[in-house]
Amino acid sequence: MTDAHPVLKVEGISKSFGALKASDNVSLDLRPGEIHALIGPNGAGKSTLIKQISGSLRPDSGRIEVLGRDVTDLDTVARARLGLGRTFQISSLAMEFTVLQNVVLGALGARGRAFSFFRNVMKDKALLESAYRALERVGLQGEAQRRTADLSHGQRRQLEVAVALTLQPKLFLMDEPMAGLGASGSKALTGFLDQLRHEAPILLVEHDMDAVFALADRITVLVYGAVIATGTADEIRANAEVRRAYLGEEDAA
Amino acid sequence: MLTRETTLNIALAATLLAVPLLALAMDEIFIITLATKVAILALAGVGLNIALGIGGLVSLGHAAFFGIGGYAMGILAAHAQNYEPIMEVPFLIEGTNQMPIIWLIAIVASALAALVIGALSLRTSGVYFIMITLAFGQMLYYFAISWSAYGGEDGQSIWVRNEFPGLNTLDPIQFFLIAYVILCLVLVFSARLARSPFGLALAAARQTEERVMTVGLTPFHLRLVAFVISGAITGLAGALYADLNRFVSPTMLSWHTSGEIMVFVIIGGVGRLFGPLVGAAVFILLEHILGGFSEYWQIFLGLLLLLMVLFARGGLIGAIVGREVAHD
Amino acid sequence: MSILLILEQVLNGLQFGVMLFLMAAGLTLVFGVMGLINLAHGALYMVGAFAAAAVAGLTGSFLLALVASLAAAAAAGAIVEVAVIRRLYDRDHLDQVLATFALILIFSEGTRWIFGSFPLFLDVPDYLSGPVSLPGGIEYPLYRLTIIAIGLVVAAALFWLIARTRIGIQIRAGEADREMIAALGVDISKLYTLVFALGAALAGLAGALVGAIQSVQVGMGEPVLILAFVVIVIGGIGSIKGALVGAVLVGLTDTLGKVFLPQFFGLFLEPASATSVGASLASMLIYILMALVLLVRPSGLYGGST
Repeated sequence: MTDAHPVLKVEGISKSFGALKASDNVSLDLRPGEIHALIGPNGAGKSTLIKQISGSLRPDSGRIEVLGRDVTDLDTVARARLGLGRTFQISSLAMEFTVLQNVVLGALGARGRAFSFFRNVMKDKALLESAYRALERVGLQGEAQRRTADLSHGQRRQLEVAVALTLQPKLFLMDEPMAGLGASGSKALTGFLDQLRHEAPILLVEHDMDAVFALADRITVLVYGAVIATGTADEIRANAEVRRAYLGEEDAA
Repeated sequence: MLTRETTLNIALAATLLAVPLLALAMDEIFIITLATKVAILALAGVGLNIALGIGGLVSLGHAAFFGIGGYAMGILAAHAQNYEPIMEVPFLIEGTNQMPIIWLIAIVASALAALVIGALSLRTSGVYFIMITLAFGQMLYYFAISWSAYGGEDGQSIWVRNEFPGLNTLDPIQFFLIAYVILCLVLVFSARLARSPFGLALAAARQTEERVMTVGLTPFHLRLVAFVISGAITGLAGALYADLNRFVSPTMLSWHTSGEIMVFVIIGGVGRLFGPLVGAAVFILLEHILGGFSEYWQIFLGLLLLLMVLFARGGLIGAIVGREVAHD
Repeated sequence: MSILLILEQVLNGLQFGVMLFLMAAGLTLVFGVMGLINLAHGALYMVGAFAAAAVAGLTGSFLLALVASLAAAAAAGAIVEVAVIRRLYDRDHLDQVLATFALILIFSEGTRWIFGSFPLFLDVPDYLSGPVSLPGGIEYPLYRLTIIAIGLVVAAALFWLIARTRIGIQIRAGEADREMIAALGVDISKLYTLVFALGAALAGLAGALVGAIQSVQVGMGEPVLILAFVVIVIGGIGSIKGALVGAVLVGLTDTLGKVFLPQFFGLFLEPASATSVGASLASMLIYILMALVLLVRPSGLYGGST
C-alpha cells in the first residue's frame, strides 16, 4: 500500500433523519491500488454513507474529497465527471436497451457532447471502440446485441461494471456487487475486482464475508452509523468490539 | 435489410400520399382535406412523441404549444388582413400572410413557451409533472378565452388562406402537399434524433435516471431540450391546423386537445416513429365514419382507447410488427 | 371598496374552496393510497349532480336528492373501480392517464346520450333559500352558508375517519407502504374499492351542492377537476390537510382575484383595459400561484416526496 495521497477522503460525515442518526462522524479514506471494504450489520448506515459519497444525499456536516478536491457541494453528475465510478446494489441499467447500447451510453457520458442530434450514435467508431473494450474486459462481448432485460443476474452485474469502466474512473464505489451471484459468479467477480484495483481503487460495500476477507486490503466496520474499527482483515478479525457487534452475531456465514 | 417496421412505415407514407392523389383524380375534394387534417394532426403527435415516446414525459398540456402555434398564425394573419400593425411602439411589427414567416414565428413562440413551462415543470416528476403540464395548458386556455382582442371564446377567423411563394395554397392538393412534405421532413428529423447520442441519452433517462447521472449526464437538461423541440414541432402543427381551418380558438388550447394528441400517439404506439400517423388516421376515420352514424361516436373512441390501454399496449403498429426491438 | 363587499367575496371564496376540497380530498386519497391518477373524477361530480337533479325532480325533496347524489356517485365509483381502475394500479402513469381519459369520453358522451345536451335544473329548496343577516351587516345567501357548513363538517369527519378509525389506520398505512399492508392481511381490494367509492361520493356531493347554484350539465365536472388538480399539487399529493389548505387558498385567490384585480387595474388603466387585463390575469392567477408554490416546495405544501 503506497502512502500516496488518498483518492477519496471522507471526513467527519454526519447525517440525521429526524431523530435517527444515520451517519455519525464517519471518516475513512481510499488509497491508490487498494480495495477498501465497508461492512456492518443491516441498518448500520452503509447505504446512507454511499449515497453521501456519490452525491445523491447531502451530509449535515463533514467533508468529502476526491483526488484532493472538495466535492461536498457537488452533485452526482459533477462527481461522475470527476471520475467517480459507480455500480448499484439493484442493477441500474436501461432494460430495453441492448447490452451494447448500455455501454455506449457510458462511453457517451465519458466523452460528453450528448447534445448531438444527427449522428447515428450506434455507428460512432470512437464510442463503439470504448464500449467493446469495456465489454471485453468483463467478458460480455459475445452478448453485445442481447436485450439487457434478457440477461441473467450475473451478466447484469458484469454489464454494470462494464458501463462503469467506460468512464475510466479514478475510483469505484460498489454497492454489494456480489449480491445474488452464485459461488462461481462470486469467484469470477472476486478475481476481476482483484485485477481492477490496480487501475482504480475500490470502496466496496459487501455482506459476502468470503469475498471481503479475500479481497479487502482494509476493512471499515460501521455500526449504528459510526465507525467502530478500520484496519486490515487480520486486525478486524481480531478486534473484540467488532466480533461482539457484528461477527459474533452471525457465525462467519 | 429493412425491418418490418421500416417496411410498414414506407407503406404508410406512400398511402398517405396516394389517397389524396386518388381523391383528386376522382374529384373528391373532401377526402383531400381529411388527408391534410391527418397529416397535420400526425405532425402534432410526432412532436409529442419526442417528449413522450423517447423521453417518457407525460405532458398533458401539449395543447398549449398547439394553440400557441395556432394563435401565432391567427394574430399575424388577422393583422395582415386588417392592415393594422400589431405594434407600433417601440418597433413597428406588422402582420403577415406569408406561411414561412408564420411558421418560423410559431416555432419560436412555442419553443420559448416550452422552455419556460419545461424549466418549471421538469423540476417535478411523476404525477406532479402530469398535473403541472395540464395546469399550464389550462392557464393559457383561460387566458385565450379572456383575450377579447382575438375573439375570446369565439375565436378568430381568418378570411384568406396564407400564402406560400410559388404555390396556390387555396388549392387543396397543394396545401396537402405542403403539410405532407413538412410531415415527412419532421419524421426524418425525428428518426435521426431517436438514433442520435441525444436520443440514446434521453431514452436512457426514461429508463434509469440514476445510471444516466452516474455516467455524467444531467437528465434535467436532456429532458428540457427534448421538451422544447417537442413543443416547437407541435406548435408548427398548430399553425398549419389554424391555416387549414382558417380559424383559431381557445379550444386548440384545451386539455381535451392535449388528451386527443396523446390519443393519436397511443393508438399508433408510443415511441413508434409512425405511431402518430396511424393514430391520427384512425381518429379521423372514426370521427367521420362513426360520426356519421351517431353524434356520440366519442363513446366508441373511449372504448377503443380503454381496450387498447388495457390489452394492446404496443398500439396498432406494435400489433402489426410484433416485438422487434424498437431501437437498433 | 367596502368592507361588506370584501367580506362577501371572502365568504364566496370560502364556499368555492370548500367545494374544491370535496373534489380534491377524493383525488388525493386515491393517489395517496393507490398511487393512481384519476382523470375521470370530474365525471363522478357530474354523476352526483345528475342523480340529485333527477331525484329532486321526481320527489321534490332536496334531502333525498343529496342522498341520491352520494349513493349514485359512490355506486358509479365502485363499479368503475372494480371494472377498470383495479387493472391500472400496477401500470405506469401514462396508462392511467389514458385509461381514465377514455372513461371521461365514455361518461360524458354517455350522459349526453341519456340526458341530452340541455342542462337540467336543480333548485335550492325553500327552507334554504333567501339571505341571512350576519354580524357586521352583511346579507349572505343561506344556501351558500349551508354549503360552507357542510363542507367543514365533511372535512372534520374525514379527519376523524383518517385519524381515529380502523379504516383510517389502514388508509394511512397504505399510503406509507402498499406492500406492507397486504402482507399484514388487510384485504387490499376491498380497501381500495372503499377509498375510491368514498372519493367518488364526496365528488358527487359537491356536484349536487353546486348544481343548485349553477346548472347541471354534461362537462360540468371538468373545470372543477382541473382546479382540484391544482389544489392537490399545491397542498401536496396524499395529504387531506394539504387538500383543505390548498382548496381554501385556491378558492379565495380565484374569487378575490376575479373581483378585485380588474378594480386594481382600474386605478391606473382605463376601464376597458382594466377589465380585460384584470380578468385575464385573474383567470391565470391560481396557476401562477401553483407555479410559485412548486418553485419553493416541489412536493407541495404538505406533500412528502413521491
